[in-house]
Amino acid sequence: MAQQHVLLIEDEPNIAEAIRFILTRAGWRVSLHGDGSDALALIRDAAPDVLILDLMLPGRSGLEILADLRTDSALAALPVLMLTARGQGRDRDAAERAGASAFLAKPFANADVLDAVRRLAGGQV
Amino acid sequence: MTRASLTGTRIRERRTALALKQADLARGVGVSPAYLNLIEHNRRRVNETLLEALAAALGVDPLALSEGAEGALFDGLREAAAEAAPGGTPPEAERIEEFVGRFPGWAALLAARQARIGQLERVLEGYSERMAQDPFLAATLHEVLSAVTSLRSTAAILVEAEEIAPEWRKRFHLTIHEESLRLSDTAEALVGYLDTLDEAETGLSSPQEEVEAWLEGQAYHLAPLERAAAPASEAMVAGVPELASGAARKLALAHIAQARTDAVALPQEALRRALATEGHDPARLAQALGVPMATVFRRLAALPPEPGVPPIGLVICDGSGTLTFRKPAPGFALPRFGAACPLWPLYEALSRPMQPIRAVLDLAGRVPQRFLSFAFCQPSQPAGFDGPQLMEAMMLILPAPAERAPVERPVGTSCRICPRGACLGRREPSILAES
Repeated sequence: MAQQHVLLIEDEPNIAEAIRFILTRAGWRVSLHGDGSDALALIRDAAPDVLILDLMLPGRSGLEILADLRTDSALAALPVLMLTARGQGRDRDAAERAGASAFLAKPFANADVLDAVRRLAGGQV
Repeated sequence: MTRASLTGTRIRERRTALALKQADLARGVGVSPAYLNLIEHNRRRVNETLLEALAAALGVDPLALSEGAEGALFDGLREAAAEAAPGGTPPEAERIEEFVGRFPGWAALLAARQARIGQLERVLEGYSERMAQDPFLAATLHEVLSAVTSLRSTAAILVEAEEIAPEWRKRFHLTIHEESLRLSDTAEALVGYLDTLDEAETGLSSPQEEVEAWLEGQAYHLAPLERAAAPASEAMVAGVPELASGAARKLALAHIAQARTDAVALPQEALRRALATEGHDPARLAQALGVPMATVFRRLAALPPEPGVPPIGLVICDGSGTLTFRKPAPGFALPRFGAACPLWPLYEALSRPMQPIRAVLDLAGRVPQRFLSFAFCQPSQPAGFDGPQLMEAMMLILPAPAERAPVERPVGTSCRICPRGACLGRREPSILAES
């Protein structure tokens, strides 16, 4: 069985490295990207099994990227875990309206990230 | 006992305070001591002429006798009634006078609590506004949460993972070091920023209220600006206790700059001479003096209180209808928060720029009062033809002439405390019984 692929779009390199470590140890293939402006093209090319998307990104916000994803027939069903540094209700609502499959507010526990990705990859969206 | 019927009690209190004999006061105003005695015991109503004579003899404004110091008290109680939580037993708003009459101490306490709630709500709004809109706080919060997230994840990896390759372990140690420094720097910057916040910036009043308190302390008359060698604007706001916040001082400086320009364009003595020949009609005064109408409006409102000069109120609003300047006239309360009565000529002027509007106002209230108003709106193009057009409407409020006008305009202060239930301009229900 092919290794499942997680694409993480996060502009904080230390957070990105920590998540990559956690998921890699759990058997995932993880690729990183830190900019929002060209993220959509990268997602199309990479065709990941799960996308982890930060809400506040340089270039283009995670919400805008997500909204575009959901109107693209090839990517509309892609499981997306949204991350944000502001765990407020309005951000969660905005992410859900834009089509996020799951939501994690920073700071989060490593186990929560792993659980969320496993659930999304297993189709339990 | 109604509010109006407490007038006699106030007359008696004022006379006693001045150690004036009832007979002497009665003689002074041309009534018998027995009649005055009935008035003082609230058993006879006082007509307008006699009230004015009594007020003059007692050295107070007639309104102080007819309305008393309870004006603010009644307003506070009405506000408290308006904000009562739904679902419970509604306050008996129609029995406010009875409540005040029977339990003055409790009534004063309730009104004071209402005022305090209003102050605290403004503080909360200030903080909320700051938290929501302050770009520094938003960016700092983001930094803190990012650093904490990174630290938490990395530390958990180091603690929980049984075997970590040396290069990963080294990298995570470096991460913890970097993020610790980042968190420390961010926290230091945040503390420094919070230290710089003047308590008054988010204190108990808005900058506009601070400026109004400062102007009220000078009866809205900046006397130093009338002198040939007027002091510098900065000197006039330096150390003024009412102007505690930077924003208020900035507003005050802008007010002084305008007042200084006005004083030069229209000296007080010239205005007084013109008033003697032209009366209070701002358009006639502007024509006679060769100055813009807006200058006349502002200068009339800036006249010092003195015998023979009627108290003149002034409200100014911008194109959004927001009141940007409030000088109340005695008996004509101006709303401190929320919108005013939509039937004020001020708003009519806003929709009809450059057209003067004169109207006699019949102000609703427990003691209905009449006022003469002049309203005018002046557009401006501060950035030239291609820039935005700004609107500023003004309304002067003067005592109404004794004789009734053919048409008088019914207005209020704001819908919530206006008793005109059938008013076509009503935005929301009133807490008062329909008149």
